[in-house]
Amino acid sequence: MNIRKIRDLIGTKLMLVLTIFVSLLFFLIFIILFFNSLLILESHSIIELLFSSTWNPMKDQFGLFPVVIGTILVTGISMLIAIPISLLSAIYITEYSPKKFKRPIRSFIDVLAGVPSVVFGLCAFIFLVPLVRDFIAPFFGVESTGLCIFTASITLSIMVFPIIISICVESFNSIPIELKEASLSIGATKWETVKKVIFRASAPSIISAILLGFGRAFGETIAVNMVVGGIPRVPSSIFHPGETLASLIASKYGELMSIPLYQSALMFVALTLFIVVLFFNLLGVFILRKARRRWKY
Amino acid sequence: MEILDKRNFEEKIFKILMIFSLLVVLSSLIIIVGIVLFRGGSSLSLDMITQVSTGELYQSGTGGILNAIIGSLLLALPATGLAYIFGIFIALFLQKDFLHPRISVFIRLSLDILWGIPSIIYGVFCVMIMMFLGFGTSLLAGIIALTFLEIPIITRSIDESIKMVPDGLKESAYSLGSTRFETAVRVVRKQALPGIIAGVLLGLGRGIGDAASILFTAGFTSNIPTSLLDSTSALPTMIYFLYLSPNPLAQQKAYAAAFILLVIVLTISILSRALTKKSTKYVIK
Repeated sequence: MNIRKIRDLIGTKLMLVLTIFVSLLFFLIFIILFFNSLLILESHSIIELLFSSTWNPMKDQFGLFPVVIGTILVTGISMLIAIPISLLSAIYITEYSPKKFKRPIRSFIDVLAGVPSVVFGLCAFIFLVPLVRDFIAPFFGVESTGLCIFTASITLSIMVFPIIISICVESFNSIPIELKEASLSIGATKWETVKKVIFRASAPSIISAILLGFGRAFGETIAVNMVVGGIPRVPSSIFHPGETLASLIASKYGELMSIPLYQSALMFVALTLFIVVLFFNLLGVFILRKARRRWKY
Repeated sequence: MEILDKRNFEEKIFKILMIFSLLVVLSSLIIIVGIVLFRGGSSLSLDMITQVSTGELYQSGTGGILNAIIGSLLLALPATGLAYIFGIFIALFLQKDFLHPRISVFIRLSLDILWGIPSIIYGVFCVMIMMFLGFGTSLLAGIIALTFLEIPIITRSIDESIKMVPDGLKESAYSLGSTRFETAVRVVRKQALPGIIAGVLLGLGRGIGDAASILFTAGFTSNIPTSLLDSTSALPTMIYFLYLSPNPLAQQKAYAAAFILLVIVLTISILSRALTKKSTKYVIK
């Protein structure tokens, strides 16, 4: 056997091994998180962990209910802000904007996608926190320090914009021009065409963009941790501090790493995060694949 | 006429809303860059990038962040290198020359899902592995966490550009007697070079800016690491800890550190555009 054939054989085997390793990585993460959270699952039931409200690790009480509520509120509000703004921007970029602006706008959005999350956190602290404390919260008649669920939601929504916009722009561009022309030729206005043709034709991509954005918002750690307030209590208003699952891991991890039960509780939090994000991403990727096959892009 | 008026009115309203939305998106980036340049730039000094940090940095805000800058590079560059090795081999392997498309669909799916996994999960996962192996916080653990974080990004980007390589090009290489591996590494890789560079730099940008995955793995210290098993600081974690400090002077330094981080990230992004353009000349059209 000559040297080239041997090289071919070794190279191919190496590729195979690396591919198998990465395909298994995701099971490996699941298994490690699962086995490390077994300790807490033996003494506490899942129901108790997720629906009890007392968080007191010193007394072995690990009620995650306030954190779950906080996560749902922060992610939910951020998506409520991000979805309309991203969709309208994506429509403007693909259908309305002058051609010469298209590329610069896209590069702007790419740059926004690359801004590190600590930088988002810092800027939110100096810009959004005073804004919420001095203007928005008093407007609704609530007193707030500014470090609250609402501030975290706005921060997250800005981080999610580039994800939703870039998937939507890609999908709006791939819709056959004949579909739009047909609608315009029977007298529809441009917005009517957008509403009745483009939105419908790309509904699957829009849904998957939203799901992928949701996954990102749900798991974002540092930026949320910096502005959410970090108090695991059921918030009485969105202008009060709260805590999210990902942010809880970041803030509590260094604290009591040596206590096995506490560590195991945090592993359970990570496992919950992993499963929820996995579910939304799987759904998002699946729908996106179907949409791509339909319009062939 | 009334109906048409109403329809045109709706059109106008939504057009205004669209422009407003786009302005919100674009101005958020301008505000971020503005804040970092303005607040960070004003507290930036030569000491910041020539001195290592001491406890003083958190007390009175004196001293520099040289160790964090070097730490960040020592973490992100090897991680990107490792992720590139994984990425290029896996992406080449996903071609139909090596793997049946039915199987590669599943591998792509798992990579897409890995891409979406929050970085804190990678951090926690690596801490557990390192604890199991008996290591503490170290440069090595940070590199591993970042490698895992970057693998799906780099692999999928390379994969997308390899998909564009025409079959005819591979067939001509085969007809000249090249083996599959030679064709993949020498022909397909060169043809996909612009996409590969873009993917690697995308991964590097993501890796250098990520804090959550190295928060518990790389640790925290004021020394420049001398071995793989030393703990190390990095820019994102340094910014996070400076931010948490109650001292306003230290908080001010967080903005200066963010300035440096943002400059690095933006440089990578500009570099990516320039290099992608430049490397396009090796592509056979």
